[in-house]
Amino acid sequence: MTERIGVYVCHCGSNIAGTVDVVDVANWAAEKLGHQGVVIARDYKFMCSSPGQELIEKDIKELGLTRVVVAACSPHLHEKTFRTAAKNAGLNPYLVELASIREQVSWVHSDKAVATAKSKAVVSGAVSRVIENAPLEEIKVPINPNTLVVGGGIAGIQAALEIANAGFRVYLVEREPSIGGHMAQFDKTFPTLDCSACILTPRMVEAGTHPNITLLTWSEVVNVAGYVGNFNVTIKKKARFINEELCTGCGICQEKCPKKVVDDVYEAGLGYRKAVYTPFAQAVPNFPVMDKENCTYFIKGTCKACEKFCPTNAIDFNQQDELINIDVGNIVLATGYDLFDARRVSNYGYGRLPNVFTSIEFERLSNAAGPTSGNIVLRDGKTVPKSVGIIHCVGSRDRNFNNYCSVICCMQGLKFAHLVHERTGATVYNFYIDMRTAYKTYDEFYQRVLEEGTLFVRGKVAEVTDAARYSNEKGKLIIQTEDTLAGKQRRIPVDMVILSSGLQPRHDAKEVGKMFGISCSTDGWFTERHPKLDPVATMTEGVFIVGCAQGPKDIPSSVAQGAAASARVLDKILQKEVALEPIKATINKEMCSGCRICNGLCPFNAIAFLADDNVSEINPALCQGCGTCVAACPAGAISGMGFSDEQIIAQIDGLLLRNLEPA
Amino acid sequence: MNKYLLYPGCSMESSAKAYMESMNAIVEPLDLHFEEIDDWNCCGATEYLGINLIPAYSLIARNLALAAKQSPPVNGTGGTRTVVAPCSACYLNLAKADHYMQERPSLGAKVNEALAAGNLQYKAGTLDVRHLIDILVYDVGLEKIRDAVVRPLHGLKVAPYMGCMLPRPDYQHRWSDHEHPTELDDLLRALGADVIDYPLTTNCCGGHMTQIGPETAFELIRRLVADADERGAQMMVTVCPMCQMNVDAYQNEMNHFFGTDYHMPILFFTQLMGLAFGREPKELGIGMELVSARNALANIGVEEPVTQEPAAPKKKDEGLPMPRRWTRHEGRKEALK
Repeated sequence: MTERIGVYVCHCGSNIAGTVDVVDVANWAAEKLGHQGVVIARDYKFMCSSPGQELIEKDIKELGLTRVVVAACSPHLHEKTFRTAAKNAGLNPYLVELASIREQVSWVHSDKAVATAKSKAVVSGAVSRVIENAPLEEIKVPINPNTLVVGGGIAGIQAALEIANAGFRVYLVEREPSIGGHMAQFDKTFPTLDCSACILTPRMVEAGTHPNITLLTWSEVVNVAGYVGNFNVTIKKKARFINEELCTGCGICQEKCPKKVVDDVYEAGLGYRKAVYTPFAQAVPNFPVMDKENCTYFIKGTCKACEKFCPTNAIDFNQQDELINIDVGNIVLATGYDLFDARRVSNYGYGRLPNVFTSIEFERLSNAAGPTSGNIVLRDGKTVPKSVGIIHCVGSRDRNFNNYCSVICCMQGLKFAHLVHERTGATVYNFYIDMRTAYKTYDEFYQRVLEEGTLFVRGKVAEVTDAARYSNEKGKLIIQTEDTLAGKQRRIPVDMVILSSGLQPRHDAKEVGKMFGISCSTDGWFTERHPKLDPVATMTEGVFIVGCAQGPKDIPSSVAQGAAASARVLDKILQKEVALEPIKATINKEMCSGCRICNGLCPFNAIAFLADDNVSEINPALCQGCGTCVAACPAGAISGMGFSDEQIIAQIDGLLLRNLEPA
Repeated sequence: MNKYLLYPGCSMESSAKAYMESMNAIVEPLDLHFEEIDDWNCCGATEYLGINLIPAYSLIARNLALAAKQSPPVNGTGGTRTVVAPCSACYLNLAKADHYMQERPSLGAKVNEALAAGNLQYKAGTLDVRHLIDILVYDVGLEKIRDAVVRPLHGLKVAPYMGCMLPRPDYQHRWSDHEHPTELDDLLRALGADVIDYPLTTNCCGGHMTQIGPETAFELIRRLVADADERGAQMMVTVCPMCQMNVDAYQNEMNHFFGTDYHMPILFFTQLMGLAFGREPKELGIGMELVSARNALANIGVEEPVTQEPAAPKKKDEGLPMPRRWTRHEGRKEALK
């Protein structure tokens, strides 16, 4: 027996010790696994604590341990801790094996005898396996200092600015013609009632003019290859049909364009734009884009009014989509949200009853730069409402649609109530299920709106209808609701209804997530590495998520996340190089038959076929050690480092206690 | 092959005879073949399920068992697995039994135990239970219906009344929407009728409350009739024998109760289809209704289709644009255009 193995059994307070007899497990390992090389087995209250780690380090040095098994929590939590401890004591970190007796034993069993027996088997498996472990060396690769930020809303702008200000190059990619995101559509922001544009546009200009930011609007990422530190990204820059070098942003083309279309994006379908347009006056960049679908020239072959009037000859009808290839080290996804489609709640009549509006429509209505110059009017464009009903939780907290709370709708509803009250003097009703006004100074705003005289009805609205039952309902929209505080049904006639629609993941979030190698939760939001302790990182190294792409949130939280992700990115950049796990697959060329089955299966395109030798080869820099090829190889020619057949078979033998000496 | 098994239901042979006659009149021009289920029995209507579950489901399932036996699904020609029910209550009961027998195997087993006494059995999910209008809109298609129209109903202002039992609960996701389904609107428009926006289209007619608590039913009927009248409808159009009976037969009593004077005829959609297809009112059971549709039908009484004056160019609308209408079956609706 050449190996000298130490076994360390953790109590994890009562997390493990409450269900597993840890002392018995340690004694058993020392007694029964001695023939395998276990020279010491200890139990300790918290192995992950400093004294716990020191215990291991001391044993390695004093007892000359060559292998370590820690029976504790899942390797997801503390594998790194114990590997580092081993390294500190001069032992190769990959000669440490974790036996999960918390997540897989104590937390899922209640019978102490059974749990203790199972823990012994798990420890036995780990001991048998660790003997077969080979020392591995981490692979260091340099980090490209450039960063890609996807999405130019407030979260993406914040992340881009922070990184750029630290002196590093940022590529900011935005799908729409201008950066600004949803925040650019709003009139006021809660609870301070700051003018949204006034606080946002300076940031937009800063991002647009920053020497370290390359702005790519009207562009979309189409392919992502590589890994942390060395991503290769392909971006499609859609044809603007405007030569950006020549355009001065004077706006004459928009003025002269004869084609007016409903603006579904920026004006939320409530206003018009031209076929050549910038979405709003403060757009960054200020170059217009031509909407090919609606441009008369592209449809009929004649017009070119824009070209005739352009003073700098910047119109270029022959422009083509362009593919741009960039190398970046880190990626920040700030792709935002879609608004819940209120037409789906057909009993609220949106899309059928003219004077039912969505929250984003109301934002445009109340915005001084909007289609009505900020006049709050009905859909006829002139009548000022005398009574307005605001319905909360439309599409949210509703098992028919989205189960989750959209976070912003309560405060948004209160903001609307204030604006309607202030500008029209109308009677305002808020229909809510629960009022959620957490965070700094939010509840004070609620108090203020209460004092202004807005009426609150607690209950889920059943229906908005124009079918009048009584004379006072004629010509009105009637809100039929349960009033759960008064314990009765109410019918409240109003002139205007605003639906506080919830937030939804982007319709293409799944495909985008797949492209960047990250996953979505069951609701469709991007999944963070840890919901509490690592909310902006993802399970893919070097890919971060910020703002509403990660889940519904308000502006302050989005900005905070943007800044948080930038700190994480800078941390990576400043390390200059990144250590990659040496868990890689290798092909034994002698055994490879050249069948190429593995080539197509590799999710990271890491396997190349060498035609001359008729064998496949794995690029260790691209390989992520997922093991797909290892399992698929019909010749058994591929093995995964850290997961060799010998290790797995030894672990199974150990689990089945076949490694014990016959009694 | 447009072959279907027909479950007519009791009303079609009595109070809703006009529905039966008009349905038979449109079946042929649309190339539909309905084969009546042999020896079918009452579905139990709306009451029985409230009284005793197992016998009620067994009563319904007997019809499903008979249907499955009569025309088993076979590859190629001849068979069908679709049962058509023209009555909304029958449709709902048949669909409900099929759904719950599948969802709750213990219920399915008990019902089959009862059926076994008559040497029958039914495996839930074997059949597709569908309403007549579903077949007409989604199988025949509006295109074909439009083509069959020889006397467009131009100038007839109708309120489309779907009733409450058809769109909810929609076990098989057959309808465009549960609160405001548009199938009936689309079909009536295809006939050339002037269809009003009728927000109460899925409201309840009172059902058998006319027998149990007439005052409740009267208020429900009043809402329906008053709103249709308010919106200028000349008649209501229904897909359900019970809705037709309540609005038609109890309208007079309702008027007495509230001191109102409404005169709102209600016909079956198949009757209007027959008229549009050029059939004579007599063949379609027109005249059987209690609130006479004579005045309303005078609008289309002329043999020649009423040619509409070209509308005066509209003054430019200064208002704000409306969002597009949404439906769960957007793809399906596209195909119908």
